[in-house]
Amino acid sequence: MTAYITRRLIYGLFVLVGVNVFTFALFFFVNSPDDMARAQLGAKRVTPEAVAKWKHERGYDKPLFLNEKSTGVAKLTDTVFFEKSAKLFVFEFGASDQGRNIGYDISTRMWPSLAVQLPAFIIGLLVYISFALLMAFFRATYLDFWGVVLCVLMMSISGLFYIIGGQFVFGKLWNLVPISGYDTGFDAIKFLALPVLIGVISGIGSSARWYRTIFLEEISKDYVRTARAKGLSETRVLFRHVLQNAMIPILTGVVVVIPLLFMGALITESFFGIPGLGSYTIDAISQQDFAIVRVMVFLGSVLYIIGLILTDISYTLVDPRVRFS
Amino acid sequence: MMPFIVEWLWSDALVWLLVVAAIGFALYTRRHPHLRAPWARVARSASGMAAATVLAAFVLVGLMDSLHYRAALPQQGGKTAYATEVRSLLDRVLEPLRLTREKTYSAPLATHLYAKETVQLQDGTEARVFPRLRHGGAHLKDPQADWCLDVAMKAFRGLTFGLLLWFVVAIGICAAVARGRDAGIEMVWRDAWAGRTEVPWRAVFCALGLLCILIGPVAALAPYYHVLGTDKVGQDVLYQALKSIRTGLVIGTLATLVMLPFALVLGLMAGYFKGWVDDLIQYLYTTLSSIPGVLLIAAAVLMMQVYIENHAELFPTTEIRADVRLLALCVILGVTSWTGLCRLLRGEALKLREMEYIQAAHAFGVSHWRVMMRHITPNVMHIVMIALVMDFSGLVLAEAVLSYVGVGVDPSMISFGTMINSARLEMAREPMVWWSLAAAFVFMLTLVLAANLFADAVRDAFDPRLIVGGRS
Amino acid sequence: MSALLKVTGLSTLICGGPLPVRAVDGVSFDIAAGETFALVGESGCGKSMTALSIMRLLPEAGEIAGGTVELAGENLLALPESRMRDVRGRRVAMIFQEPGLSLNPVMTVGAQIAEAVTRHTALTGAAVEARVLELLDAVRMPDARRRMTEYPFQMSGGMKQRVMIAIALACDPDLLIADEPTTALDVTVQAQVLELLRELQRSRGMAMLLITHDLGVVAQMAQRVAVMYAGEIIETAPVDLFFAGPAHPYSRKLFESLPDRAGRGKTLAAIRGTVPALTRQFTGCRFAERCDSALAHCADTIPQWGAVREGQRAKCHLYGSDERGVMSDERGEASAERGVMNDERTSPRETAVRSSLITHHSSLLQVEDLQVHFPIRKGLLQRVTGQVKAVDGVSLEIAPCRTLGLVGESGCGKTTVGKGLLRLVAPTGGRVLFDGTDLLTLKRSALRGRRRHAQIIFQDPYASLNPRVRIGDALEEGMLALGVGATAEERATRIDALLAEVGLAAEVKGRYPHEFSGGQRQRIAIARALSVEPQLIVCDEPTSALDVSVQAQILNLLKRLQRSKGLAYLFISHNMAVVEYMADEVAVMYLGRIVERGTVAEVLRNPRHPYTQALLSAVPVADPQAARPVIRVAGDLPSPLNPPQGCHFHPRCGAALPQCATQFPDEKTFSASHATRCHLYDRA
Repeated sequence: MTAYITRRLIYGLFVLVGVNVFTFALFFFVNSPDDMARAQLGAKRVTPEAVAKWKHERGYDKPLFLNEKSTGVAKLTDTVFFEKSAKLFVFEFGASDQGRNIGYDISTRMWPSLAVQLPAFIIGLLVYISFALLMAFFRATYLDFWGVVLCVLMMSISGLFYIIGGQFVFGKLWNLVPISGYDTGFDAIKFLALPVLIGVISGIGSSARWYRTIFLEEISKDYVRTARAKGLSETRVLFRHVLQNAMIPILTGVVVVIPLLFMGALITESFFGIPGLGSYTIDAISQQDFAIVRVMVFLGSVLYIIGLILTDISYTLVDPRVRFS
Repeated sequence: MMPFIVEWLWSDALVWLLVVAAIGFALYTRRHPHLRAPWARVARSASGMAAATVLAAFVLVGLMDSLHYRAALPQQGGKTAYATEVRSLLDRVLEPLRLTREKTYSAPLATHLYAKETVQLQDGTEARVFPRLRHGGAHLKDPQADWCLDVAMKAFRGLTFGLLLWFVVAIGICAAVARGRDAGIEMVWRDAWAGRTEVPWRAVFCALGLLCILIGPVAALAPYYHVLGTDKVGQDVLYQALKSIRTGLVIGTLATLVMLPFALVLGLMAGYFKGWVDDLIQYLYTTLSSIPGVLLIAAAVLMMQVYIENHAELFPTTEIRADVRLLALCVILGVTSWTGLCRLLRGEALKLREMEYIQAAHAFGVSHWRVMMRHITPNVMHIVMIALVMDFSGLVLAEAVLSYVGVGVDPSMISFGTMINSARLEMAREPMVWWSLAAAFVFMLTLVLAANLFADAVRDAFDPRLIVGGRS
Repeated sequence: MSALLKVTGLSTLICGGPLPVRAVDGVSFDIAAGETFALVGESGCGKSMTALSIMRLLPEAGEIAGGTVELAGENLLALPESRMRDVRGRRVAMIFQEPGLSLNPVMTVGAQIAEAVTRHTALTGAAVEARVLELLDAVRMPDARRRMTEYPFQMSGGMKQRVMIAIALACDPDLLIADEPTTALDVTVQAQVLELLRELQRSRGMAMLLITHDLGVVAQMAQRVAVMYAGEIIETAPVDLFFAGPAHPYSRKLFESLPDRAGRGKTLAAIRGTVPALTRQFTGCRFAERCDSALAHCADTIPQWGAVREGQRAKCHLYGSDERGVMSDERGEASAERGVMNDERTSPRETAVRSSLITHHSSLLQVEDLQVHFPIRKGLLQRVTGQVKAVDGVSLEIAPCRTLGLVGESGCGKTTVGKGLLRLVAPTGGRVLFDGTDLLTLKRSALRGRRRHAQIIFQDPYASLNPRVRIGDALEEGMLALGVGATAEERATRIDALLAEVGLAAEVKGRYPHEFSGGQRQRIAIARALSVEPQLIVCDEPTSALDVSVQAQILNLLKRLQRSKGLAYLFISHNMAVVEYMADEVAVMYLGRIVERGTVAEVLRNPRHPYTQALLSAVPVADPQAARPVIRVAGDLPSPLNPPQGCHFHPRCGAALPQCATQFPDEKTFSASHATRCHLYDRA
């Protein structure tokens, strides 16, 4: 088991190297730093001097892989690749193109993100599973039919409309919560309530329907018939047997996103003015701050790989077949 | 001389290529009973057929918007010059909507602007009034008195025309069915309404009827009014909504199409050859899928933006630039979403390679290439088909979000995302401007819902047991 | 005698497709307390649906359309669902065919048994645990206390079925429904489970409804039997009368189509045609169009029950009165004899081919010390830590025009031998000499040239044809790949000839596999193998997925082809009777090694190895009078991952000697052909 997890960790590291090389290629080969400088400076102010200055201030003027001018190890370390890419592995994120300390920004901004994402995730999971169980319990009845219709309808609505509609109804029409903003401490609740609620609602359609499919798949299996042949009631069959088995496929999809909760939700945060990593990323994109985008890409992959490993571990907890092999 | 020259944008070429491929595939399917069978099951699904009817209307609009041309300018001397703007057939049809620009916001079917303006009255004094629209309801002498009746009359005429059209089409369908069945039209008509036909024509007729009832009045009113109002710069919202359809369709179809060859070849190779080929391909898609989708798209689109800005000379007109950007977005969306299909196909190929008919082929010494082409590929096509239709709605929805984030289509290109993006602050405005959002909402919901329902029908028909989702 | 269970006019519809399927159509029978009643029939005849209808556990598309099911006078079909739940598991319990799928994979078996106990009794805590232990002991689960805390995947198939039985017994039900309880098990394990069921039933005075397709199992287990065909019961009888003289023409055909040693020279009786679709309404006898003794009015008059003998009744027009029944009996025998005569009439040419090949006694295929090992990788670096020795030094020899039967239980490596010698899996050692050339050292391209000489037929007729390839194209594939038939016309003519040879019309070329039944598909698979004119065909369980009547057709076909084309077969099977019917020589495999080989007569009538003896004694014989002692084999097949030292069989062997545990015995020969590997014969 430990050997397996260790192997997965090493594999994850390899994947990160791949991600790193890929992003480096994307950012430094598709366009040269000169192109980026020109794009950043805007057409009016492009002069060779301004470009050179822009590059020098941000360390993009070094050679990509091998610095012939330096000596010793510095030949390799005093390069764009080492400074901008390799250092990501030790979480040295450096400065953004605007000169901000990215590491500091991330450490302060991930908490508001988590404050929105974690409750939305937990409440969402409970709601989706309950809704799906309800549909599975009343399968092949009108309740199930209209439940599925509702799901398909809800998953056909863009997430943007949930946010706009929610802000309009709860914020503007009923004045229950402020439309946007953020506060620290206990006061944050009034700012968080709406984003969390909308986060849950916008996911109902696809998740509940998918979980329902999983439940129905399990219900059609032979061991369920055995359970019924014992004389167990349908509720007991559902909760004791079906739910436990269905958790295995559900976990695969769910555990992997847990670490990614830190990354925040792009759209929600920007609409609600929550100072999290999501809105940080959006701002970076709109300001064309390549350094931040690169760091976020890397961070996202790190969290995803942690998620994969967590998934592997969680398997051993719920599935005895994995635990004992 | 020609009154216009056809301008093939890249995305047009691909769209029409897709249409040709679809027709070819349909003809091929017709001749093969085992390929026809699942489609016959799709045709038996009422919701699927109703959704298909609605989708067909959308596709029609999208295709009309994919025939671009440049009109000839008034002749000067012997040479014919052509306009620099690229217009589509849809633009031509919707000319009354496109050209009737107002100053700023106006409500649906309004005759006056939505904002007060200071105008000089005839007696020389100034007053804050809602000025008359330049085009909307301009034919009315006394809007207060005539508006209601005029709208009602025109709507009723449109409705009548719509119903007539519906009846003609429905009878046409019945006649076609009757010819195939060697029965009377009336008989088919009655069977269809009683739900006795194999294909649920009743659902098709209902969907078609609903469309006609909506389109008739709108078409009758549109030349005289802004049926869905105008936006901040006075552009007709209905026009925008109709133009958005093509963007949605192109992204929804081309993105999957772009990734298909990669997913198919790599997925099957990984599953069939196993060993190091499998390791390599798995590594490739784990790496790509480990980057959160939005970020990967954002990074790639940013880079593309910089590239386009720095190579402006390659893209002479805004249309071409917007089109290239649209295609690039499709490619990027495709790259980020191929991993899921690749994984599915790999799993299926792993299962298939152990099948006994493939062992039998090996016993004949049939080459790997032939085994893959003949025995494996045809047996995974149902998965590909399901993935194609299932991904469509997700991609249409993704476009809206990406355009909002600023990494979607070119801001000059009309799409659901750009519509929502420019309209999102209007809800906070006093008095509220709701029609842009509402139009985007209704059009998008209809398109995505129809796509979802159709996708469900296809999935059920092709493989009821396949759970789509799983490890992403 | 008063009936415990009385089923009257039970009808069940399955409404999944465009037309409802009348899976059970007016079935009536009754079971007395303490009696074992067998419901026998081929797949799709509705026997499982009958059982599920009694339990009211039908799949969601199923629906009981009529009839009553009375348990001790109470109509179960009229009970509300909550009351029915009190019946399930308490008064009527059920065990299913697939023990591997019928247990919850993520619950310990103890918990699953306990659940059945607590549901119907007031026991709690330690009392429940005591009861679970008692039940596990009752089903003879070794090491019950430890096994309680294990999960199903940690157990073998036989043990899982014991757990299922323990669950069923939890509340001492009055009636146990056993739906194909041993079909998924190997024959030695089947013998254990059947014996267990028989004892439990006897000691507890429990009634049992046994559902099976295996007449041998019926003969050993049941007191009364009912034969089902196409949704209805067509014959019921006490077991001894039934086996002494089956009355319905269908029942008789079932017996005649069973392969056995007595029928070696003969063609087996096969039932022509296929089971009619159950979507249609029947106006006559359901069997009429396949029946050899059909009368004029069989097709348009539904037969009523007719008495044959005391307690034996058949739904057949032949039994309107007793005299006619006797008459038809004679007729049946006469036709059977005719069958024998037909078979012995081999054409002179065939005889010539056969004899010339037999006298030419050099071997066609010689396998020496074949090994197929699969590496096991473990740990951080995925180092190879061991080998699964699926095939561990197997030597075989097949002469032209002869059949070598390779028998063994599942997991013994017999299929891997077949695939290994065709290099469909890569062997790790040994030599496969085909006409003197070692196939294992050939390069891929050189091997291709040899491929046409040896072909293979598989077990699953549904997996052996690509659903997307037309029959004609499937037959042409091998010819194209191996360059048989120079032109398209030549190949087309060959395809027609091949199809005719396997008894199919030439028109089927243009059709797709889904239009064919299992037996027809197997014929197509045979034609495909024949398309490149092989000298040897590896038949990998070619009939084990088929019903007996269809099996008979395929076996007949294989025999005929062997005679006319001088084919050699490597016939891999777990079914002793089939091997006995088909093979000239037999090799018995156990855990990757051959433990005994010889001619059919030597090995199957005078087995020397204890494993062969046990295997043979465990096969249920379709004769209730055959009182043979079953040699009990302890435990289950060990994992090939970690086989026992020395003789692989010694932990399960009743006659094991000390040296069995340490060294693998050498081969002892008893005649030119008969040899075994067992220390018991060391002195000889």
